[in-house]
Amino acid sequence: MARKVTTRRVWVSTVAAWLFGFLIFLPILWMVLTSFKSELDAFAMPPKFLLFHWTTENYATVQERSDYFHHALNSIIIAGGSTLIAMIIAIPAAWSMAFSPTKRTKDVLLWMLSTKMMPSVGVLVPIYLIVRDLGMLDTRTSLVIILCFGNLPIVIWMLFTYFKEIPKDILEAARMDGATIGRELVYVLTPMAVPGLASTLLLNFILAWNEAFWTLNLSTLEAAPLTTFIASYSSPEGLFWAKLSAASTLAIAPIIILGWFTQRQLVRGLTFGAVK
Amino acid sequence: MATQQTQVLGRALLMPAVALLFIWMIVPLAMTIYFSTLHYSLLDSENWSFVGLENFRYFLTDPAFLTSLRNTLVLVGSILAITILLGTPLALLLDQPVLGRSVVRLMVIAPFFVMPTVSALVWKNLLMHPVSGLFAWIATSLGLTPIDWFTDVPLFAVILIVAWQWLPFATLILLTALQSQDEEQKEAAEMDGASALSKFIYLTLPHLARPITVVILIETIFLLTVFAEIFVTTGGGPGLQTTNIAFLIYAQALIQFDVGNASAGGLVAVVIANIVAFFLVRIVGRNLEA
Repeated sequence: MARKVTTRRVWVSTVAAWLFGFLIFLPILWMVLTSFKSELDAFAMPPKFLLFHWTTENYATVQERSDYFHHALNSIIIAGGSTLIAMIIAIPAAWSMAFSPTKRTKDVLLWMLSTKMMPSVGVLVPIYLIVRDLGMLDTRTSLVIILCFGNLPIVIWMLFTYFKEIPKDILEAARMDGATIGRELVYVLTPMAVPGLASTLLLNFILAWNEAFWTLNLSTLEAAPLTTFIASYSSPEGLFWAKLSAASTLAIAPIIILGWFTQRQLVRGLTFGAVK
Repeated sequence: MATQQTQVLGRALLMPAVALLFIWMIVPLAMTIYFSTLHYSLLDSENWSFVGLENFRYFLTDPAFLTSLRNTLVLVGSILAITILLGTPLALLLDQPVLGRSVVRLMVIAPFFVMPTVSALVWKNLLMHPVSGLFAWIATSLGLTPIDWFTDVPLFAVILIVAWQWLPFATLILLTALQSQDEEQKEAAEMDGASALSKFIYLTLPHLARPITVVILIETIFLLTVFAEIFVTTGGGPGLQTTNIAFLIYAQALIQFDVGNASAGGLVAVVIANIVAFFLVRIVGRNLEA
């Protein structure tokens, strides 16, 4: 009797969960379906769900029209470059705060987070003028530097929470055995920190990949990453739904796949380790 | 001896990050303060003059400011409410035994990885289009009149789009928290004959307090500055109906080229963000202790 109820409950939860999951996923699914339609089918009323002439010509047109690969490469360079530089600056800082904290460490951490709360738009004008006067508008370098600073507080916070969880006893034991700080770093700390480093790297890569404020305002063509590439489809002459869908699918595919594979690490990273 | 050496080293290692962040904060801020006292237009950049606090007076008394402040608060408040009120039951549901749970989970978290410009374009054109959008077809099929989202309820349309992007975030965090809940405690409560509702109120909800705090903190950081979704869908309009503070300042700086006024607005935005940050940082500060 009890077993029967449980089975029924499983079915109810399963149906409800799939229904909600499908509803939430619907916009993405619809976008992917539309990307394989002809423009005529994309506008068709009533909508054609699966019974339409499937075609991949939109993908070819998108590449011809504005060179997807050029923008994708920009996205990779900008997101990757800013993440790497942020990590190089953040690792020593987080290490120092986690392993030799002072009375002011907590204040420093909170101050760092508060710089993230400063709205980018508040400093858009000066940054725009500095970048313009340096002749660096529409360059990947300027975007790498700006996104690096923008994400730095979050990178430091995440690394700090990971480092803090490494038991200090192990470090002390290593020190007792006469390990130098350099050896301690390479042989003791690094292996234990790898998962934290990896998830910080991933999350910041995703944030930088999707960042749209600075990229929209500081790049036009040469350095434009995928966020800007997609925004060009919002102009009236770019309004071909099937092509828009193909371009959108191309823009989000890499990052969605990366996100799916790494969701477990991401949760820890996203919450500064506050939720386990 | 070793400790002192470590501390010196520690400071040295912390220095670059602190120095760079400080420069990143102070240089633009100082420049913004300076610009905010000038009459300075990018269209006529030779002809600038010192006007004192005139820009602030102009910005703060501009009716557009109050409208955009209200829009900002409505936007942040409703999206927080939607994501938490929908995210909690969704997380509870996904915590149940569900066949193919990992697939459902992938579908639910996917929107979080969609870049804002893409989700704005897809929602605006493929879903919310008043004639050929999927929603219009659903409404017609049900015998209703399709809504012209961006004309009739533009702010609500923006809220829906942004909430869709952040719902997965709230759900994922709450789900992770639920999975670490103490099973024995729940079983003990069940033995004592606790109903599902009282189990939820007395056990689950307190357990979720902390992850909800985290969700509020992180979402607020990002939602205060929502920009791309508005830029792509409505451009702040119609009128000022979807202009938030971030978009208002953007419009003044790069559409009207009024650097002085935009800088004053930028400083106002910084002050507002700091008021919000003050409260948020206290909450997260407490989490830091634990």
